[in-house]
Amino acid sequence: MKYQQARWADEGRLEPLVFELSKAKRTGYTLPPKAPSESNIPNKLIRTELELPELSEPEVVRHYTRLSQMNYGVDSGFYPLGSCTMKYNPKICEELAALETASCIHPYQDEDTVQGALELMYKLERYLAEIAGVARVCLHPSAGAHGEFLGMLLTRAYHRSRGKERNEVIVPDSAHGTNFASAAMAGFDVVVVPSNSRGRVDLEALRKAMSKRTAALMLTNPNTLGLFEDEILKIAEAVHKVGGLLYYDGANLNGILGKTRPGDMGFDIVHFNLHKTFSTPHGGGGPGAGPIGVTKRLEKFLPVPMVEYDKKRKRYYLNYRCPQSVGKIKSFYGNFGVLVKAYAYILLMGASGLQEVTEAATLNANYIMRKLRDVDGFEIKFDTSGPCKHEVVLSAEPMNKNYGVNARAIAKRLLDYGIHAPTYYFPPIVPEALMIEPTETETKEELDRFIAAMKEIAEDAKSHPDKLLAAPTATAIGRLDETKASREPILSWKMYRKMAK
Amino acid sequence: MGHPYIPNTREIREQMLDEIGVASVDDLFSDIPEKIRLKKKLKLPAQISELEVTRDVQKMLAHNKPFTQILSFLGGGLWPHHIPAHVRSLVQRSEFLTSYTPYQAETSQGMLQALFEYQSMICELTGMDISNASMYDWATAVGEAALMCARVTGRKKILVPELMSQERFSVLQNYAIGPSLDIVKIGYDWASGQLDLSQLRERLGQDVACVYIENPSYLGFLETHAKEIADATHKAGALFVVGVNPISLGLLKAPGDYGADIVVGEGQPLGNPISFGGPTLGIFACRDDTKLIRQIPGRLVGATTTLDEKTRGFTMVLQTREQHIRRERATSNICSNEALCAVAAAIYLASLGSRGLRELAETCAANASYAIKKLGAIDGLEAPIFTSPHFNEFTLRCTQPKLGIKKFNAKLLKQGIQGGKSIKGEFPEFGETALLCATELHRKEDIDRLADIAAEVVVRK
Repeated sequence: MKYQQARWADEGRLEPLVFELSKAKRTGYTLPPKAPSESNIPNKLIRTELELPELSEPEVVRHYTRLSQMNYGVDSGFYPLGSCTMKYNPKICEELAALETASCIHPYQDEDTVQGALELMYKLERYLAEIAGVARVCLHPSAGAHGEFLGMLLTRAYHRSRGKERNEVIVPDSAHGTNFASAAMAGFDVVVVPSNSRGRVDLEALRKAMSKRTAALMLTNPNTLGLFEDEILKIAEAVHKVGGLLYYDGANLNGILGKTRPGDMGFDIVHFNLHKTFSTPHGGGGPGAGPIGVTKRLEKFLPVPMVEYDKKRKRYYLNYRCPQSVGKIKSFYGNFGVLVKAYAYILLMGASGLQEVTEAATLNANYIMRKLRDVDGFEIKFDTSGPCKHEVVLSAEPMNKNYGVNARAIAKRLLDYGIHAPTYYFPPIVPEALMIEPTETETKEELDRFIAAMKEIAEDAKSHPDKLLAAPTATAIGRLDETKASREPILSWKMYRKMAK
Repeated sequence: MGHPYIPNTREIREQMLDEIGVASVDDLFSDIPEKIRLKKKLKLPAQISELEVTRDVQKMLAHNKPFTQILSFLGGGLWPHHIPAHVRSLVQRSEFLTSYTPYQAETSQGMLQALFEYQSMICELTGMDISNASMYDWATAVGEAALMCARVTGRKKILVPELMSQERFSVLQNYAIGPSLDIVKIGYDWASGQLDLSQLRERLGQDVACVYIENPSYLGFLETHAKEIADATHKAGALFVVGVNPISLGLLKAPGDYGADIVVGEGQPLGNPISFGGPTLGIFACRDDTKLIRQIPGRLVGATTTLDEKTRGFTMVLQTREQHIRRERATSNICSNEALCAVAAAIYLASLGSRGLRELAETCAANASYAIKKLGAIDGLEAPIFTSPHFNEFTLRCTQPKLGIKKFNAKLLKQGIQGGKSIKGEFPEFGETALLCATELHRKEDIDRLADIAAEVVVRK
């Protein structure tokens, strides 16, 4: 299959900016008449200038349709972006979230008029709690990192309630960048522990790093190498022994659904990425949802309100009476529109479907690993004796050393095959890392096509490295000057015009 | 039978296992210690068909009464507006919807350019030069602004109005925990509701990182002395942060015109549904100042050219501020944001244009002023409780003894009207008061109906 992305181009630019398309007095909008009354806003508060673009509706539609055509999504093709779980997003979930009965309700409506929304949240909370093996789940956080931040606030509240100030959070060197940043944002000092030669947390180093100052250990399991932390029970024991909490980064939950649960492994706090594991679309960077699950002893610290059910009155309600709650981390109750999609997804899959998700996703990753690990140019660092979970991290170090083709060049070349780049240069403990997560929604044929592309690239690296270094050429635009973009940042139309002058 | 989202059938999976020399799927999970392997099935509903899921979810959600069916006057941080059909349809374009963060610029020009356009239009609206590509919501944007001001100034005190949204205040408190910021509430003038300038001046010392105001305020009135607040703030070497409802900026002066350094706000009304409180869209914009740019949180999209300098293109910039590179020294931990809501906002604003937004803002203000007139004329009601000018939200106090705001709202609801949000819990000093909002959705006859029924309710007690 050949690939060529759409390219709407003009002299020296792609599709013009919406400002460049503007013509005075055009409009794409109509309004009903206003009430017969003038507001008493004094003139000195009224603006005299506003320069938004002016376009008719068909122009707006064409402009953004063209832009969308110069964008690649899961619906376009294979998207093996490691740690991001870019699986197919069922269309029915979009339809349900767009229903007026979901999208046109206000969070401050009388509870009697939003019983359906409250029921959905109540049930989703219980499904997620069952999946992760925790006592309660808070649906408020907007994204994984937001959930991490809440997790850190809960950690602090927990230790404070026991009369202790603990100021250190331990994070493995292979962890997602958000873990470090979330812990720091909540005021903790970050202590990094190394991985061992098996690509897992070095238990001895961990024990040495822990003390009475340890508030928590943040861990991803399966970890970012796609490997299961098989010493998790010892890790949990060690953390709990010094009085710390164990935090589960849920980015990789797709690797264990129905197989094991964070709660059973000894985790105290768990975040979910509904926009990964539970198939709500990423939307080019969001919105997501990052609910937080906790064990019994942390329940009382969760944000308000929680959704409860009054059995006597057969009525759902929002409970604000939580005296030890940390308060709020976002206005209202979470990204409800995203919650609807995740709820529908869980119903579509059921318990056996979710388990099948993990089995198929894991098989797909292992299939890729076995087919590529012996290809000249690639290798797998760390443990290759056992299986990987839902993702695999290849190293292109040999290819870079021998032929000067690095992981980034490989990733860019894949774009020309109509395949999205894997995550590269992450985790940082693997040189020339290519982190590949196929997910369960790809066919064997697609995996084979990817494997063939990777092999062809490995061959080209030897014979025509120039072809690789010129990539991508099948995308709407070629390689951009990213250094210049950051050195002289032009971040708005206003700055752009100033620069042009 | 296969599964609709898992294309590799059991037979194909067997074949794949064969090819890679693994005996069974279970072998792929042999690394999970026996003790923690899940022995039983998860207690979840059994898998059902798409048709059944549709029916079940529709049935459950039918217990909700959307504001398209009942007449609602709720605002308070999220405001109901008409979303043109083409805006809804364009944001559902699956190339936008199903893409990840545009790390690969070459294959993501569409999303990058749409976000650049969003940033640009937010700058036009707010009078700022730089906007990020979104925060989670207004409240978290306030939190991030406080953190940013503390980093920029090296100071720890944050001054906020006592009458700010208490939800946002709670979020701000949580964001302030890390660096132990000291949040101080500034009182208000009893008659106007506006920030007490003399109290502000007293508190404005060399330890203040920023002064935050909301304009229009949470309770709907406008700050008529914003420029004086800005001047006092800058004189103390602090930064001035303004929170906005962006629709109001079709009509009201841009915060940049009265001295704002950072503008935050809730972008939901720009083409995004309310959806029971989320997804929302946090606006975050600032002046073009190297000190500020270096400390801004979140994603930024910038213009550049191809390496051969022949073609303009867009890419994420200044990523060294962000968590995936800077880790614990990042300006924020934010990663996934509200990008698609920002795209909706861009399409919405491009459709309205300057004139459309001006007319919309005027309509909202006129409708609110009509509602104020009608409700304020009713014996036993007072609207608004402040003397200041208002944009599209206002306070309504029930002065009829024996009839509290709760009972008043309950009686409205019986007649199919969702009244305002009671602010009795947040601000008990204002008595039996609610916060109401009017937008272009409210026709004259809707407001008349509210007034007629309100009058009846007050008389009947």
